Amino acid sequence: MTTIAFPTLISRPTSYTGLWSWIGTVDHKRIGTLYGVTAFLYFLVGGVEALILRAQLAQAESDLISPELFNELFTMHGTTMVFLVVMPMSAAFFNWMIPLMIGARDVAFPRLNAFSYWTFLFGSIFLNLSFFLGGAPDAGWFGYANLTGNTYSPGDGVTFWALGLTTLGVASLAAAFNFVVTILNMRAPGMGLMKMPVFVWMSLVTSILIALAMPIIAVALIQLALDRVWDTNFFNPAAGGDPVLWQHLFWLFGHPEVYILILPAMGIVSETLPVFSKKPLFGYPAVVLAGAIIGFMGWFVWSHHMFTVGLGPAANAAFAVSTMLIAVPTGVKIFNWIATTWGGKLQLNTSMLFSLGFIAMFIIGGLSGVSHASPPTDAQQQDTYYIVAHFHYVLFGGAIFGLFAGGYYWWPKMTGKKLGEALGQWHFWVMLVGFNLTFGPMHWLGLNGMPRRIATYADGMGWEMSNAIASAGSMLIAFGVLLFIINIIRTISSTQESEDDPWDARTLEWSIPSPPPAYNFARIPQVKSLDDFWYTKHPDLLHDERGEEIEVGEPVENDTHGGGSIHLPGMSYYPFITSLGVTIGVAGFMDILVEVPGTNIQFPWLSAVGIVIGLWGLMGWTFEPVSEEGGH
Amino acid sequence: MAQAAVTQNQHGHIADTNTGISNRKLLMWVFLASDCLFFGSFIATYLVYRNESLVGPYPNEVLNIPVTSVSTFVLLMSSLAMVLALNYAQKDRAGLARFWLLAVAALGLVFLGFQVVEFMTFVDEGLTIHQNLFGTTFFILTGFHGLHVFVGVLWLLGMAFAHFKGALTSRSTEDLEMAGLYWHFVDIVWIVIFTVIYLIGFSDGEGIETISHATAIIGG
Repeated sequence: MTTIAFPTLISRPTSYTGLWSWIGTVDHKRIGTLYGVTAFLYFLVGGVEALILRAQLAQAESDLISPELFNELFTMHGTTMVFLVVMPMSAAFFNWMIPLMIGARDVAFPRLNAFSYWTFLFGSIFLNLSFFLGGAPDAGWFGYANLTGNTYSPGDGVTFWALGLTTLGVASLAAAFNFVVTILNMRAPGMGLMKMPVFVWMSLVTSILIALAMPIIAVALIQLALDRVWDTNFFNPAAGGDPVLWQHLFWLFGHPEVYILILPAMGIVSETLPVFSKKPLFGYPAVVLAGAIIGFMGWFVWSHHMFTVGLGPAANAAFAVSTMLIAVPTGVKIFNWIATTWGGKLQLNTSMLFSLGFIAMFIIGGLSGVSHASPPTDAQQQDTYYIVAHFHYVLFGGAIFGLFAGGYYWWPKMTGKKLGEALGQWHFWVMLVGFNLTFGPMHWLGLNGMPRRIATYADGMGWEMSNAIASAGSMLIAFGVLLFIINIIRTISSTQESEDDPWDARTLEWSIPSPPPAYNFARIPQVKSLDDFWYTKHPDLLHDERGEEIEVGEPVENDTHGGGSIHLPGMSYYPFITSLGVTIGVAGFMDILVEVPGTNIQFPWLSAVGIVIGLWGLMGWTFEPVSEEGGH
Repeated sequence: MAQAAVTQNQHGHIADTNTGISNRKLLMWVFLASDCLFFGSFIATYLVYRNESLVGPYPNEVLNIPVTSVSTFVLLMSSLAMVLALNYAQKDRAGLARFWLLAVAALGLVFLGFQVVEFMTFVDEGLTIHQNLFGTTFFILTGFHGLHVFVGVLWLLGMAFAHFKGALTSRSTEDLEMAGLYWHFVDIVWIVIFTVIYLIGFSDGEGIETISHATAIIGG
């Protein structure tokens, strides 16, 4: 209801093809694709970083790379895989699938969605620019104070890290707000919360975790950046500052973050396992509740990352108990997944193989995790390769396998073509073997005392064979990823099209054409039951599988637009511009301050430029009508 | 289940949402929940470092409770003005609504003025962000709060002018309600900050001079 004209300076994009249409897009499917492609490219970057680390560690007393580069590479490998791969790849599936699975035409705030992506992209580029501008961050992905202070981390690497992650946090927060509102508010008529697909449930829990955890790390990163640039004392022991405060803030974020990484994958396999077992998910309410409980309990376990700090027996005991307890809802999920496959007509295609691989690998990682829930045991394992083995089993064997399962499952929905099955099976088996060869021996290495984050190790420690196997395994993983890339290229160039519902699946996204039209649903579906689409196709199964006698059937005509043409939000460049402003604004806080004449105030002039650009974007965003016809 | 309630969105459309709360307002609530953790972390940092400064100035040497009580009163009154603005908008009295909206912004600016003067006084007395932990945590916490107030003032002014012709009526109060949610939240945060820093902690630092003197003697 604006009544004054705002000089917009740039007109909105009009063409639906070409570069500008991607920069101006607000379509959740296109934004999902942008997230997916970007995250996959960073997967390759983070993978190459890991391969170099493994090449260095393949033999004792190797000097392939310098210790300084080694530090930069493991820091950026961890940071990249967490913030630039698993989180945005999950966001890709959230973007693509949440509106389709709840029967909506887009997310609640399409332009905010575009803003999230562009801020993520610019923030990630800024973070990686550090490699070329004086050295990448090198203090580990958790950046412990006071190693990150100017004394021990001179140069700009850690400042790049703090400001880059702050920018990425803005992107994650905007996306999380958007998904929470979308899921709570935009479900198709009849889709109560307990009729939502489990993937949507896990997306909701994940988004709530992001909304509440990201501000904590933002505060810690702001404090770190202020310490480094404006010489404040937050983590400065010389002024009484306490480095343990950083650990509390970081892990208070960091442990919910672990569930932010794994819950989307848990949601994915909760979709694929029923579809490829031809059975409904066993114990749907238990799986949903377990996910919600994990999201809640995830806030009360953070100090198990700090058992060796010396918080005292009371704190250690409390966090040991809470950590062991959180294994219970996780176990509930695993038993439900196994029970889902029990007695089912299993289709062992690539997506199903990755889903089963996820369960198996996650059980191993989960068990090693419970083993260091005990403080005395953890004291032995802390900072060893045992920990590296543990979190790769849950985050690679878990999250990444789950995301691959989702990739193979939803590829035909997203592109209209199935990924090749033969190459896919090769991809899975090569990756499974390579993964276990790489990370399995790390259990032994860790229990044998090999510390994490060492650039090399002495000959004769008995670590040579295990390290050689691990490095060979990492090559196999790389080969598996190569097979996946070949599979993608072959699929894209093939002309064989998939059916709309190639898996005979259960959820609403499969009820529309593949790939979906821009408006998703010509008619908004009317939902009467969990897995409504499945029972629409197979009404005879409703009684046997759910014990319900409710009617499902043809979607009911309930188009809120009265059968007229469907209006979609118009494209806009302003989210892109606002993101650029935000990123420059945050990045401008780097060491390029100028002193205001006559005072001793250090003025971040580049930030001011960013703020002006951001305000311009925000003004345009506010005053631009949602769609060309005024959104009516 | 999930009875779709009918609410009005900013264009006066009839919009269906599952919760009955409009998308924009739900977004604001989620944002505020998130912002609680943001301020919570800074306030926790302040509390962890309370009485941990190694050198002065300490809170009891610089805090001016009477003056800050006045600025706190001003900020609380701005919340009252916000309520009145919304009230008149809902009653279609756009002129009065705009008057009170500008009053909110003006009171916010007065609060910020107090803060600027306070900051400058403290710096004169030797308290900077570099000086000690109190300086670091005080300036950054209250500074981020002030930044929130400043953003709120810009928002209110933008709204007062964007709605200059005939808006601010009962047809479209949602913009105003959202700004109100934000403004009241920022006020509530200030109540917590005022309690923690000024009311509970105003005497922090008393006796430290003697203790450090004694330590010096024993140590020497």
